[in-house]
Amino acid sequence: MAKVMLEVAGLEAWYGESHILHGVSLEVREGEVVTMLGRNGAGKTTTMKSIMGMVGKRTGSIKYQGTETIGLGSNKIARLGIAICPEERGIFSSLNVEENLLLPPVVQAGGLSVERIFTLFPNLKERLKSQGTKLSGGEQQMLAIARILRTGARLLLLDEPTEGLAPVIIQQIGATIRALKEEGFTILLVEQNFRFASTVADRHYVMEHGKIVDMIPNDRIDAEMDKLHEYLGV
Amino acid sequence: MLDLEAALTQGTLGLINGAFYAMLSLGLAVIFGLLNIVNFAHGALYMLGAFVAWGLLTFLGLGYFPALILAPLIVGAIGILLERTVLKPLYKLDHLYGLLATFGVALILEGVLRNEFGVSGMPYAVPPDLRGVVDLGYMFLPRYRGWVVLVSLLVCLGTWYMIEKTRLGAYLRAATENPALVQAFGINVPVMITLTYGFGVALAGLSGVLAAPIYSVNPNMGSSLIIVVFAVVVIGGMGSILGSIITGFALGFIEGMTKVVYPEASTTVVFIIMAIVLLIKPAGLFGRA
Repeated sequence: MAKVMLEVAGLEAWYGESHILHGVSLEVREGEVVTMLGRNGAGKTTTMKSIMGMVGKRTGSIKYQGTETIGLGSNKIARLGIAICPEERGIFSSLNVEENLLLPPVVQAGGLSVERIFTLFPNLKERLKSQGTKLSGGEQQMLAIARILRTGARLLLLDEPTEGLAPVIIQQIGATIRALKEEGFTILLVEQNFRFASTVADRHYVMEHGKIVDMIPNDRIDAEMDKLHEYLGV
Repeated sequence: MLDLEAALTQGTLGLINGAFYAMLSLGLAVIFGLLNIVNFAHGALYMLGAFVAWGLLTFLGLGYFPALILAPLIVGAIGILLERTVLKPLYKLDHLYGLLATFGVALILEGVLRNEFGVSGMPYAVPPDLRGVVDLGYMFLPRYRGWVVLVSLLVCLGTWYMIEKTRLGAYLRAATENPALVQAFGINVPVMITLTYGFGVALAGLSGVLAAPIYSVNPNMGSSLIIVVFAVVVIGGMGSILGSIITGFALGFIEGMTKVVYPEASTTVVFIIMAIVLLIKPAGLFGRA
């Protein structure tokens, strides 16, 4: 079995006064694509932000390749090789596409070359001088993923990359995620849409009320369908 | 009938004031963009730049050109200290607190220097290399004033280039929009904020050195200028880099022209324009609504 890349244990997190995460534990192995499923407000995004160090107060343990990161600032965590594609995409309007793409500094050797990125996202190459936020929603999502591929980060946190996108774009993003898995990236993915998740992921964690309540391997997803429906309330 | 020669002369002289407006409002724009703080200490730090230049000459015998480099560095360092101690705790609070704190700093700086040196002002000689006049055809321009406009233009364009066209500038613009995400990409945003404040304040210090031979060095030189500069910032649009440069020079020019057309209005024309701009385009001419 591949070595553990990310190990989260007993993670609690707060936004101001509100206690959002109540002891989240999960692990992601090298080369895996793992999703977090759950209803709105279950704590998926907060878990992602906690791993990245973007939440004000957090306790418990988050180990990346054996290094404890719970006390580190987000810039230090990024330098270890974790990168986030946030839910709101975070494309900068005062930067053009090229500047957005080249913004995140390279933190380690081994990131994808810009040429390779353009073969994954050919649309971006034609829009390099456009203002970042003038792109379509799908292109912005591609850009948000593309820019974290050249930094050398090995663990990618993708927060709902399919949100609000047309089915054909969602398929494209699915293909991209599978290509990234081929490249050896480890991916933790937040999804609302478990049908999409089942086309890309190895395992699924289910979150409810700030905790992980279940883990379903992808090959069991059909068998566990009733349970999943109940968790997600669909 | 409008006298063309007089108009050109006043317009040219106006550009000299414009040079100071541009450099100071540029510093304010850079600081406001990233720190979200209206730096009311800007005028006092400009004044401090002039005092440091004067002090370097009087106590250390260091002339104008060394001061042109050293004074901005010293004022920038003071700014960094200020940011770390006074401003840092205020970022999470309303704009108003930063404004009040920097206003307090300005009052303290000006008060201390007023106590020490009085208000009559100390002369600072024009450096020998820049004395004399240049014949522009329609007027004789003191060489030193031409130099001020030139230096200011270079500094403004250099700053614009750095912010709009370089990697460092991209970090700065991105951090202005979403500091948390830029930090999560591995960039130390708090250090960047400190250095940005230091840089903005160093621009004020540099303006102060440039101003020393034109206006006498006195503790009130900043407070009288900064009011106009804030009007310039409002007209250009808070946080707009190019806007502050263009507006700075343009308003200096307009002020000069007003002296030809209707001299009585020359000190108020900037505020009239500000009122009109606020009515028509509240975010400023170059600001994003």
